[in-house]
Amino acid sequence: MTPVVTLTNVNKVFGGGGRPQTVALKDINLQIEPREFISLIGPSGCGKSTLLRTIADLVPPSSGEVVVNGKSAHQARLNREYGMVFQAPVLFEWRTVLHNVELPLEIMGVPKKEREQRAREMLKLVELQGFERHYPWQLSGGMQQRVAIARALAFRPQLLLMDEPFGALDELTRERMNAELLRIWHETKTTVVFVTHSIPEAVFLSTRVVVMSARPGRITAIIPIDLPYPRDVETRESPRFFELVTEVREALRRGEERMA
Amino acid sequence: MTMAQSPAQTLARYAPQITVFVAVVIAWEVIVRALNIPRFLLPAPSVIVAALIATFGTVIESAWYTLRNALLGFLIGCGAGIAVALATARWATVREGLLPVAIAVNSIPIIAFAPITNNWFGSNNPLSKVAIVVLITFFPTMINTVRGLTLVEPAKLELMRSYAVSELVVLTKVRIPNALPYVFNAFKVCSALSLIGAIVAEYFGGPRKSLGVYILQEAQLFRFDNAWAAIIIASVLGIAFYLVVLAAERKLIPWHVSVD
Repeated sequence: MTPVVTLTNVNKVFGGGGRPQTVALKDINLQIEPREFISLIGPSGCGKSTLLRTIADLVPPSSGEVVVNGKSAHQARLNREYGMVFQAPVLFEWRTVLHNVELPLEIMGVPKKEREQRAREMLKLVELQGFERHYPWQLSGGMQQRVAIARALAFRPQLLLMDEPFGALDELTRERMNAELLRIWHETKTTVVFVTHSIPEAVFLSTRVVVMSARPGRITAIIPIDLPYPRDVETRESPRFFELVTEVREALRRGEERMA
Repeated sequence: MTMAQSPAQTLARYAPQITVFVAVVIAWEVIVRALNIPRFLLPAPSVIVAALIATFGTVIESAWYTLRNALLGFLIGCGAGIAVALATARWATVREGLLPVAIAVNSIPIIAFAPITNNWFGSNNPLSKVAIVVLITFFPTMINTVRGLTLVEPAKLELMRSYAVSELVVLTKVRIPNALPYVFNAFKVCSALSLIGAIVAEYFGGPRKSLGVYILQEAQLFRFDNAWAAIIIASVLGIAFYLVVLAAERKLIPWHVSVD
C-alpha cells in the first residue's frame, strides 16, 4: 500500500529578509500508512501545527518534500483529498448546522438533494441528529466541534487533519469526544493526523505517537501504541495505558533536556 | 432566541419603557402648567397635541416631501456605499488608500455643504436635499461594509484555502455573509442620519411644503405649538424608519446573535 503521507527532509524557517529567523521544522522525516492514527505531540512552539499545515499545503516547507496520496501536497489540496478540523470549530454563524456540514459539498458542486442526504448521514455519525436546523451559537462547544468533524468528513476524504480539536473542551467532554473520534475513525476507515499537547489523549487515540521538541522543531521519538481495541474507559485505567503515558512523558522530557 | 409571546408578555416586557415615557409626558405637562412656562419657551404636551390635530394635513404633506428625499438619498447613498466597498474588497491597495480618506471625510460635518448643494441644484429642487443625504449615508455604509468584508476570522479563510476555492467563492460564501451585520449597523445609523440630513438641509432653504422649512417658519412666526407638532412627526418618522431597518435585520439575518 502506498503511504498516505510521506515527509522527506522537511524544513521550515519563518522570518528572514532582515527579521530574525525561527527554525520551525528541522529535518522532518515521517511516513504515515493508510488507516493509521498519528498524534503529533510536543511543547508549544515545537512546530506540530506547522507540520500539520505543511501536510495540508497551507504552509509551504522551506525545503524538503511533502507527498500526500502519491502526489504533491499542493496537488492533493487542489484535489481536496483531506478534511481539516481546527482548534476552534470555525463554523459559519449564518449557516444552520446542516448547511455548515453541506459547505464543502456545496463547493464541490454536489447536487442539493445528495448533499443534504450526506450531511444528515454525517450528523448521525457524530450523533447530532435533531440539531440540523440549529444555528452554531445554540450548541455547546463540544457539539460545535462535532459539527466541524462532520463537515470535515462530509466529502469522505481519505485523510483527516486535526489541529488540537479538543483543546478548548473540559476534561470529561474531551474524553467522551476521544471515544467518539475513535469510533468514527473505525467506521470511516480514514487516516488521521492529530495535533495535541495532552499525553493521555495522544496515547488513547493513536496507533503511533510522534514526539516533537522545540527550537528547532524536530521529531525526537516515535512511540507505537499497542493498546488493544476497542479502547474505552477501562483502557484509560489499564496498567499498559499508564506505562505508555509514562513512556511518552519521558520522551518529551528527554527532548526538552537535549535542548537545554 | 425570542419565542412567540402573548400580548400580555409583550406588554410586560416593554412596561419599563412605557412607564418612563408616560412619566416624562406627565411631568412635562405638570411642570409647564405649575411654573406657568410661556408657550414660546416650551408648550405643554396637551397644547402640542391640539396643534398637531389642527395642522395635521399640512404637516403630513410637508413630512412626506422630506421623507421621500431622505429615503431616496438613503437608497442611493447606502447602495453606492455597498457597491464601492464590494469593488474595493478585491484590491487591498485601493482599499487601504481609500479607507483613511473615507474615515476622514466621514468625520466632517457634511451638513455644512447644504448651502452649496442648494446652490448647485436650486433649493426648491429635491435633488439638493437628496444629494446631502447621499453624502451623509455613503461614508458610514462604505466604511462599515469594508470592515465587514475584511474582518473575517482568519481560520475561516484557512478553511476555504483547504477547499482550494477561488477568491470569488470566498467573497460569496464568507465575506459577504460576514459583512451583513456590519451593513445593517450602517443602515441603522443612516436611517437616523438621512432624516436629520434632509430636515437640516431644508433649514438652509427649500419649498414651503417641507418639514424643515415648515418648522423654521412656524418658529419664526411664534407658532411654537405648530413647530413642536412638526418636530413630533419628524421624531415619529425617525423612529419608524429605524424600526423598519431593525425588522429587516431580524428577518434577513436571524442568525446574528446581537439581534435582540
